[in-house]
Amino acid sequence: MAALAPDDIRDAYLELTRRRRLYGGLLLVIFVAMMAAGFRLAESRNAGGFVDGLPMLLAFPSEVLAEAWQKRANLPGLLAEHLPSLVETLNIAAVSTLMGGLMAMGLALLSTRGLARWPRLTGLFRRLMDALRAVPEIVVALVLIYILGGGPVPAVIAISLHTAGALGKLFSEVAENADLKPVEGLASVGAGWSQQVGLGVLPQVAPNWLSYALMRFEINLRASAILGFVGAGGIGYDLKLAMQWGMGRYDEVVAIFALLFVAIVAIDRLSDHARSRLVRG
Amino acid sequence: MTAATLSPALADTVLTRFARRRLAAFAVPLAILAYLAYAAMAFDLAGLAGRARMDNAAVLLSDFWQHKTHVTRDNRSGALRVAIDGEAKGTYPPDRLPGWIATQGDATRIDLGQGHVVTYDAQGARYEVPGYGLIDIRPQDGGLHLTAPQPLPDWINASDSRVSVTTPAGRFAYTRSKVETFRYQPGWALFFFTLDSPFHYMSWPEIAASALWGPRLDSGLPNVAAMARDFWTNAMWRHGDVIWAMFETVLMAFLGTFGAALAALPLGFMAARNMMPFGALRFGLRRVFDFIRGVDGLIWTIVLARAFGPGPMTGALAILLTDTGSFGKMFSEALENIDEKQVEGIRSTGAGAVQRARFGVIPQVTPVLLSQVLYFLESNTRGATVIGAIVGGGIGLLLTQAIQTQKDWEDVAYYMVLIVLMVMAMDSFSGWLRRRLIKG
Repeated sequence: MAALAPDDIRDAYLELTRRRRLYGGLLLVIFVAMMAAGFRLAESRNAGGFVDGLPMLLAFPSEVLAEAWQKRANLPGLLAEHLPSLVETLNIAAVSTLMGGLMAMGLALLSTRGLARWPRLTGLFRRLMDALRAVPEIVVALVLIYILGGGPVPAVIAISLHTAGALGKLFSEVAENADLKPVEGLASVGAGWSQQVGLGVLPQVAPNWLSYALMRFEINLRASAILGFVGAGGIGYDLKLAMQWGMGRYDEVVAIFALLFVAIVAIDRLSDHARSRLVRG
Repeated sequence: MTAATLSPALADTVLTRFARRRLAAFAVPLAILAYLAYAAMAFDLAGLAGRARMDNAAVLLSDFWQHKTHVTRDNRSGALRVAIDGEAKGTYPPDRLPGWIATQGDATRIDLGQGHVVTYDAQGARYEVPGYGLIDIRPQDGGLHLTAPQPLPDWINASDSRVSVTTPAGRFAYTRSKVETFRYQPGWALFFFTLDSPFHYMSWPEIAASALWGPRLDSGLPNVAAMARDFWTNAMWRHGDVIWAMFETVLMAFLGTFGAALAALPLGFMAARNMMPFGALRFGLRRVFDFIRGVDGLIWTIVLARAFGPGPMTGALAILLTDTGSFGKMFSEALENIDEKQVEGIRSTGAGAVQRARFGVIPQVTPVLLSQVLYFLESNTRGATVIGAIVGGGIGLLLTQAIQTQKDWEDVAYYMVLIVLMVMAMDSFSGWLRRRLIKG
């Protein structure tokens, strides 16, 4: 390699930096232009414009809060009245996290290299998880509501299926990093597949799996509130009914908002705390 | 170490722990089972069996993959109408009926396949069922007169005013005002071209030939353009609207996610312990993030829909607002976990706060932040479907509309396939982007 003069090196470096900065800047400009164009397009297809709507943004919340403040005496009663719906929403989230988590455990173990019961079928189980993950909950829920009628069961099935796909992927990523030596040891003493997995792998992956499942529980709580809004029971459904009524029932809307808010924040906090303990200790 | 050196206290501790573990191994599954049993009661699983509409399920499943053609004769005027799914936009022009329907004067012969033949004529209607015999229906002094091999099987339902027959080949119903035959055929009818398009009546090779060198069917347009127009404006499947709706959904996810990322970046800096000297502001921002996340997308969506009306911009803003909370929290945590040495190095050259952030912090956190943003882009593509159903925009709106009409299940199946493909495409796109931007 011919020796380069320090000046040449510096010039080349500065040239490179300048060019990189130019490209980066160009990309950024293109990106921002795309965002702006997309926003204009979205605005043109919207019922109301952005600028016209901005002053209205606080109108609805303040209207709701004003009415609720007038009828604040009703609030404790309304909170108690809607508590069962909140429990139902929590139950939907918990049951679907449990069932989805159990399905995900099976799918993850069946699709992890080195652990799979049928190594040739790992691809199949992976595609199955992809498909489960790709279908939005609302699609399954709406179809099931048509067949099973409104209520919590369609929501549970829909969220469970989605959870199985989403957690299955995370679980199998964890299981892939598990140490396989205990499995070999168990195999050498004649343990069957379920014993190898149960005694060799599960203890290793349990903290991480639990942590992911808790995170999923937070997500599922929100999902079950949303599915209630399209007719699948729980507090979302109450909210929809109260909203449809409109003026005159805003105290109820506020009570439901408050319940949902407190539940979400409390669950987030609890699961944050539990997760940090699980992963650290 | 030998067993002798093991102190009795240690052995006791170990044994107690083992006993506790063993107890937990039984208690945890039992607790789960007990909870599921409670949930089954709370959700009224037993009552569900009574409420479930299995006939709806059958309709839905058969509609998913097959279509039915209604062949209807008005018994008073004698007019014959052949329509797919009984819809006006699926009505065949009278001179271009499908090959399995033959008309001759007053008589119409409908070949349902597998030997099943229905004939309408001036006297009434006849249905020939192979292996059973001839079902003959004639209107007589205000009622219907049915002649069929006795005893009547349970798939024939006859009264004085209505006779209906259900066979594997199709369904047939005679009332005083009209006679109707439904033929079920696999496939989605009129998916490419509707009956008013000349291309519907061509086979695939003919379509290819007419696209490449055939004479113009519409003097103003080349055939390829006419095909594209007929496909795009297909009244049955509304491909144009559907593709716009998909685009709107992706647009909502894109604008929402990246808008939130842009908004959360400065906020994240302000909420990170090592970047922000004023504790009060940091604390306030953290609580704002918590509030935004706690209120949840559902409620933001409702509030925003009140201000901006239904549409994709409302959906995009709802995603933007919700994700600003999540990103703000995640970004500030990522910023707190950076390696301070690089910042120190930049500081030693006399760099100001902005320069330290630009050269010391951003290069470190970009991969982390970017991969979080891209994960959110994936999940928001799914979420935009749901938000679209609530705010009334995108494919979510079309899907809920199709489900609520409770008859266009083939549309529902079509949208489901499209949504899954869209989500998978976004998954692989963001995976590709992640690999390009982070590793390369």
